[in-house]
Amino acid sequence: MKNALLALAIFSSTLTALAQDKISIFPSVNIKSTDGKMINTNSFENDGNPIVVSFWATWCKPCAKELDAITEVYDDWQEETGVKVIAISIDDARNAVKVAPYANGKDWPFEIYLDSNSDLKRALNVNAIPHTFLLNSKNEIVWQHTSYFDGDEEELFEEIQKLK
Amino acid sequence: MKNLLSILVLCTGTLLAQSGQLSGNFQSDFQLYLEDEALDFNLENPSSGFPSERFLSNGFANIMYTNSNFSAGIRYEAYQNALLGYPSGYKGEGITYRYAQFSKNGLDVTVGNFYEQFGSGMILRAYEERNLGYDNAFDGIRLKYSPLKGVYLKSLVGRQRLFFDKGEGLVRGVDGEVSLNEAFVGLNEIKTQVLLGASFVSKYQKDLNPAYNLPENVGSWASRMSVNHGRWNFNSEYVHKYNDPSAVNNYIYKTGNALLMSGSYSKRGFGLSLAAKRIDNMDYRSERDQNLQNLIINYLPALTKQHAYTLATIYPYGTITTGEMGLQAELNYKVKKGSRLGGKYGMGVLANFSNVYAIDKQQIDAFTPLDSTGTLGYSSDFFKVGEEKYFQEFSIELSKKVNKKLKFIGTYINTEYNSAAIVGYSYHGMIYSDIFVLETQYKIKSKHSIRTEIQHLSTEQHEGNWVMGLAEYTISPHYFFAVQNLYNYGNTDKKISYPTVSAGYNKGTSRFALSYGKQRAGIFCVGGVCRNVPASNGLSLSITSSF
Repeated sequence: MKNALLALAIFSSTLTALAQDKISIFPSVNIKSTDGKMINTNSFENDGNPIVVSFWATWCKPCAKELDAITEVYDDWQEETGVKVIAISIDDARNAVKVAPYANGKDWPFEIYLDSNSDLKRALNVNAIPHTFLLNSKNEIVWQHTSYFDGDEEELFEEIQKLK
Repeated sequence: MKNLLSILVLCTGTLLAQSGQLSGNFQSDFQLYLEDEALDFNLENPSSGFPSERFLSNGFANIMYTNSNFSAGIRYEAYQNALLGYPSGYKGEGITYRYAQFSKNGLDVTVGNFYEQFGSGMILRAYEERNLGYDNAFDGIRLKYSPLKGVYLKSLVGRQRLFFDKGEGLVRGVDGEVSLNEAFVGLNEIKTQVLLGASFVSKYQKDLNPAYNLPENVGSWASRMSVNHGRWNFNSEYVHKYNDPSAVNNYIYKTGNALLMSGSYSKRGFGLSLAAKRIDNMDYRSERDQNLQNLIINYLPALTKQHAYTLATIYPYGTITTGEMGLQAELNYKVKKGSRLGGKYGMGVLANFSNVYAIDKQQIDAFTPLDSTGTLGYSSDFFKVGEEKYFQEFSIELSKKVNKKLKFIGTYINTEYNSAAIVGYSYHGMIYSDIFVLETQYKIKSKHSIRTEIQHLSTEQHEGNWVMGLAEYTISPHYFFAVQNLYNYGNTDKKISYPTVSAGYNKGTSRFALSYGKQRAGIFCVGGVCRNVPASNGLSLSITSSF
């Protein structure tokens, strides 16, 4: 009986969720900047322009590929749409010290943060990385995508352009 | 009672959904196992692990409700039955995680299950690594409070998850962190940023041992510091644990300690990091008789490079929690565009060196052998490196873009792996290996790409040489197809090849992946956690999604 009730509860919540508009607000979670400061994600802002939030880690090859690909076209993207990319590393204590040197060594022009116990990753229901979110001027999630194949950044850019 | 709470949480969530929002994720893995002669993987050979069910599945779903300062969620998990290689404790199905959380005026309260980390995690870290079946979440109460800008306090009380049950031991902890520059107005504008932190953690478990008088409360404390000055960064944490006789340390009464120090310098196009650590008797669990990955309170990071190429993961390092000391250095460098080496697009260089040794261990007196139960176990000179080498590795990776369509990544790795000492294989002695990998990425046309890997591992020990080839074709943003084969041609016992074909479809946050082929036996690690997976053959389907 308990289980039946539970199943019903899960079912009804799922239905409710599916019936809702897809737009959702970016959660408020504490993460750290590469210089150790605590930052709350509700302070993300970009003068009303779109923000891309991309999860990565130093051991994740497709993540590096995605951020490398965006780096190459970033100047053009910024010029056209004013977009800002925020790259959030989920590296834990094993690799945390390598995060800033890795991103700098790659010459990535992004804001880099650490989510070292995956609190933000969990709050956003991310299953696996890379996982990328696009936020509009109100920090609402308007689009998201998991994994990275060569050329995926083109689809992301089309979505960014829709916000302008 | 457990379920009642979940239902309450859910129903409340459903009712309030008009004003808040619901989100969640889902993953389900299915595998059909097929008998395989070459692997001796069949019902007649019980040691091969061939499941009599033939078909196994793992799955979970998280559902979370958020409404401004309030959130609540549950996770349902089902192992019917667990895939091969998963800890045997995962059997059956049920609600394994449920919580409610609210924050107001700087106070953040969580009741139910939660994950948490103090400092680097060496004193306390609850986290999950789903692909390995690792989950030591707390069930209890956690408070977080920020009384002033730049000051962060946390406290928690809870018991830890043990598969579908909970450990007997209680864990209590407090942690404080101060960002001096934010907390003191006069320091706001100073370029040097300083953070200080400290923690205290204690566990309680009743002593019912007839032979020894075991401590029922075991405390530990930690202090940490982080200093940043422009391109420079320095971090350190020291942990001390009071005597904690346990199954893992053979019930010795010695105190434990751990030190982790790291520093880095980086600027655009250049990054260098150095790290050193020493761990002495730091296995810390909320039940003293537990082993494997069960009921661990803290996280002791392995200071070695985490590899992604398949052959480079055959000999992975896992922290030896009873004692080790090691170093790691990593260099990232981008050779400038237009230089002779860099060419039109520049060239990436990534070099890493790491080693791990035993700690020094001396008998406490002439008559007591090392690690004798009921004694102080051993004495150790903090600054002296032990004689036994556990692990050493050097790797270098060069990546070069030739033109707009073609990119090469070449990697060389030299590894020394002390298999008997690490969680590793039954092979005793040092395994020396050299690995070469050439990866090619080629863009055929817009959104169509092909990626290949050729890998070779040579070693005279254990299973001998391996060669591997992989080709992957992707069509952005939806499809991928891949074929690969591993061949253990240097094995004097059995030369087995492990072919696999796979295909996948992605859309938004959903992913479907299907694969058919053989899986080698081995130690698979994510982060510092490893598990032993038997060889198998079969068809697998994995579905993930989030909303």
